[in-house]
Amino acid sequence: MSNTSHEVAQGPHHNSGAASTALSAHSIDKKFPGVLANDSVDFDVRAGEVHTLLGENGAGKSTLAAVLCGLYQPDAGYLMRNGKRISLSSPRAGLQHGIAMVHQHFRLVERFTVSENVILGSRDLPFRLNRRELNEKVAAVAESYGLPIDPDATVGDLSVGQRQRVEIVKALYQGAEILLLDEPTAVLVPSEVEKLFENVHAMTAAGKSIVFISHKLGEVVEISDRVTVLRNGRVTGHVPGRGTADTKELARLMVGRDIELNAQRATHATGHEVLQIRNLSLSVNDVSVLTDISFNVHAGEMVGIAGVAGNGQRELADTIAGLISPTSGSVTISGSMTTDRGPVQAREVGLAYVPEDRLGMGLVPSMSILDNLLLTRDRQVVVDRISVRPEAARLIEQFEIKANGPDHLARKLSGGNAQKGLLARELSGGRGATKLLVVCSPTRGLDVGAIETVRRLLNDARSSGQAILLISEDLDEVLSLSDRVLVLYRGAVVHETAGETAQLSQVGAAMAGLSGGGR
Amino acid sequence: MNENIWILMSGDAIAIATTLILAALGALFTERSGVLNLGIEGILLTSAISSFLAADASGSVWLGLIVGSLIGALLASIHAVLSVVFRANQIVAGLALVIFGTGLANFLGKPAEGKTVTTVIKPISFGPLSDIPVIGPIVFGQDIITYLAIALAIVASRYLFSTRPGLELRATGDDPATVDAQGLSVARIRIRYTMIGGSLVGLGGSWLMLAQSAGWHQAATTNGLGWIALALVVFAGWRPMRIIFGAVLFGFTLQLPFTLQAEQITFIPSAFLEMLPYLATLIALIALSRPGSRNLLGAPRALGTPFVRDER
Repeated sequence: MSNTSHEVAQGPHHNSGAASTALSAHSIDKKFPGVLANDSVDFDVRAGEVHTLLGENGAGKSTLAAVLCGLYQPDAGYLMRNGKRISLSSPRAGLQHGIAMVHQHFRLVERFTVSENVILGSRDLPFRLNRRELNEKVAAVAESYGLPIDPDATVGDLSVGQRQRVEIVKALYQGAEILLLDEPTAVLVPSEVEKLFENVHAMTAAGKSIVFISHKLGEVVEISDRVTVLRNGRVTGHVPGRGTADTKELARLMVGRDIELNAQRATHATGHEVLQIRNLSLSVNDVSVLTDISFNVHAGEMVGIAGVAGNGQRELADTIAGLISPTSGSVTISGSMTTDRGPVQAREVGLAYVPEDRLGMGLVPSMSILDNLLLTRDRQVVVDRISVRPEAARLIEQFEIKANGPDHLARKLSGGNAQKGLLARELSGGRGATKLLVVCSPTRGLDVGAIETVRRLLNDARSSGQAILLISEDLDEVLSLSDRVLVLYRGAVVHETAGETAQLSQVGAAMAGLSGGGR
Repeated sequence: MNENIWILMSGDAIAIATTLILAALGALFTERSGVLNLGIEGILLTSAISSFLAADASGSVWLGLIVGSLIGALLASIHAVLSVVFRANQIVAGLALVIFGTGLANFLGKPAEGKTVTTVIKPISFGPLSDIPVIGPIVFGQDIITYLAIALAIVASRYLFSTRPGLELRATGDDPATVDAQGLSVARIRIRYTMIGGSLVGLGGSWLMLAQSAGWHQAATTNGLGWIALALVVFAGWRPMRIIFGAVLFGFTLQLPFTLQAEQITFIPSAFLEMLPYLATLIALIALSRPGSRNLLGAPRALGTPFVRDER
C-alpha cells in the first residue's frame, strides 16, 4: 500500500523534471532505550518544494528531523546531500551543509536584539562587531525573502509570529538551503499562519527546501507538495500534497484506523445556569488583566474560550476556581457566590478544575495516582487509602489510563495519561457532585489517540448535564467542541458566536484583535 | 579641617576600590556566563596569602601577583567543575569555597602570621602632575594595577557589548539552550569565564596584599571585600563601567568612618557608618540568592542554573 502511493507521489514531480533531490535519508534507524523511534525510514526533499512529515506525537517525526539536521546520529542508515553521502556529527555540521532546524521552542535570547540573535553563533563573524553593518546585512537577508523585521528590536518585545520570523531569518542568514520547521504553526494565530505560509512560498520560490513537521491535517494539505506519514517510527505512506491529498486518508495513515476527530456537539437542550460571571475585572500591579467579563454557562453546555495565550485565559480560570480574587465583579457557581471565598468553597459547590499545568497545578508529580485522587476527596485527618483504592482502580480502567495501578506515580505517566488521570479525578466528583468543569488546554501536547479520548470524556460529561468551560489556544478544538465560543483578547470578551455557525476567519480576526466585535 | 586627611582618605578609598573593581569584574565575568560564584571571599584570601608567600620567597612583587592570579583561577576551576560538570547547587558550592579558601589561607598563612611585606608595589611617578593640589595625589598617585583595573573595566565593557565572544558570553548567561543549539559548548564557555573571573579576583587579592597591607593578618586582610564585590555586581546591573563608580563609592563609604573619627566628627556614630556597606551587601546577596528577585534586578536569566540539554 505504501509502495503504490509512493509511486503516485513521485509521478507528477518527475514529469516537471527540474527539481533535484537536495537531501535524502536512507533506511534510518534510531533507537532510544526501549523505543525504536525510527525504523528504516526513507525520506527525501527536493530543491524548491515543501515536503511534510506528518505523524502523531511520538511517531518519530521529530527524531527524524533531529537526524536530518545533525542533532542525533542515526544508529543505521545514511544521509545524502546533493547526491553525496554525508554524516553530520552536530547541528553545526548540518549547518555547514546548509541544513537548519527552526525549533518549536524558539532558541532566541530574549534580551538580545533581533540582529544579535541572528548573528549569534555565526562562524565568520569578526572579533569586533560593527552593529550598523550587521543590522544592514540582517535586514537585507530578511527582506529578500519577504520577512520584514526590525534588526534593532529586542526579541523579548516581539510577538510569537515575529520571533518565528527571526528564527527563520537566522537560519537563512547562516546560509540554510534546507529548513526544517518543527510544528511551526502550533504557536501562531490564523493570520500569522497565513503569513508564514506566504514566507514558505517565497523561500521555495527562491529554491530553498522546506521540511514541514506537523500533525495538523488541514494545514498539511494546504502547504505541502508531498507528505510522508510516520506511525510508530515507520513510514506508513508517501502521499502527494496540495489539492490531491485526502485528509481522511492521511488521518488513517497517521493513526492506523479510521478516526472521528470532529466530536459531536450536544444536541439536547441546555439547562439552568451553572456558572454566572458578572462584570468580572482583575488588575495585577495596576495592569488590567481582565476587563468587565460577563457570561453564563448552562448545565449540559460547553462554552469555549478562544484566544492567543496570555490574553487573560489563565487568570479567568484561576478566578473562577477561587485561586485569585477579582478586583471587581462576581462569580456564582450553581447559585452560590464563590467570589473571594477561596478554592475550597468553589469545589464544595461543584467546581472541578483541570488547569493548564497538569503536573504543576493539577497533579502532584511525586505522589501516586491514588494519593492524587485523595487530594480532592473528603478531608479527614487520617487518609483512608483502603476505601478509595477500588475507586482508583475503577477510574484507571474507565478513563483508559495506562498505569501499573493506583500506586503508579503521577510523574511517570505520559502527558496523555496524566491528563486522563486529572480528568478522572475532577470528573469523578470530589466533595460534591461535579456541576461545573473548567478545563484549560486539555489536549495540548497529547497524541491523536489521547486527544480523541479526552474529547470524548468531555462530551460525555456534557451529556450527563455538567456545565463545561473549555479554555484552549487550539482554535480547532474550541470550534469543534463548543456550543458557544467567546474570544478573549487583552482580557476582554471581544467576540461571541454559536459554535455551530462560528466562522474561522471571524474568530481568528477577533483573536488577533482585529474584530469590530460581534457582541 | 585637615585637608591632608581627606586626601589621604581618597587615596585609601581608591585603593579599596581597585580591589573591588578587580574582584567585581571577576564575579561579573563569571556571572555573565551563568555561573554564580559566591566563593569570591575565599579566593581573595587564598590568593592574597599565596601572593605574599611567592613575593616573600622570590623577592618579586610581580611574581607574587602572577601566582595570586593563578591560584585564583585554580580555586575558581574547582567551583567551575562542581557547578558546570557535576551541576551542583552553585550557592552551596560557592559557600563551600569560602570556607575552603578561608581555611586554606589560614593554614598557608600560619608561618607568615604577622610578618610584614618587604617588597611592595610603588605608585607610578607622573612627575609634576602628582604635585597638583588635591587632584595630584588622588589621580596621579596610584600604582599601575589601579590604572590597569580601570582600563580592564573599560575593556570588559567593550568586550561584552561589541565583540563576538562577548555576545556569546552574554547569550550563555541568559539562554544557554540557544547557545547550545548554535553548536557552541556551554560548558566550555562557563568553565573558561569562571576561571578568568577567578584569576581577576586573585589579582585583586594579591594586589590588596602586596600594595595595601603592611603584613599578613588572616582576619583583617580582606575584611569581607569579596562579599562587597558580589553585591557591587548586583548594584552595577552586571555592567562593567558602572562597577568603577560603584567601587569608588564603596571605597569612600568604607573609609569614611576612619576619617570622621580622625576629624572628631561624631554626630553620626562611626559604627553605624562602618555597618552601611555590609548592610547593603547583605541586602544585595539576599536578592542575588533568590531567582525571583535576581531577575528583577536584571541578572543573567540563567544565573545559578546548571545547563542540561533536554533530551527527547
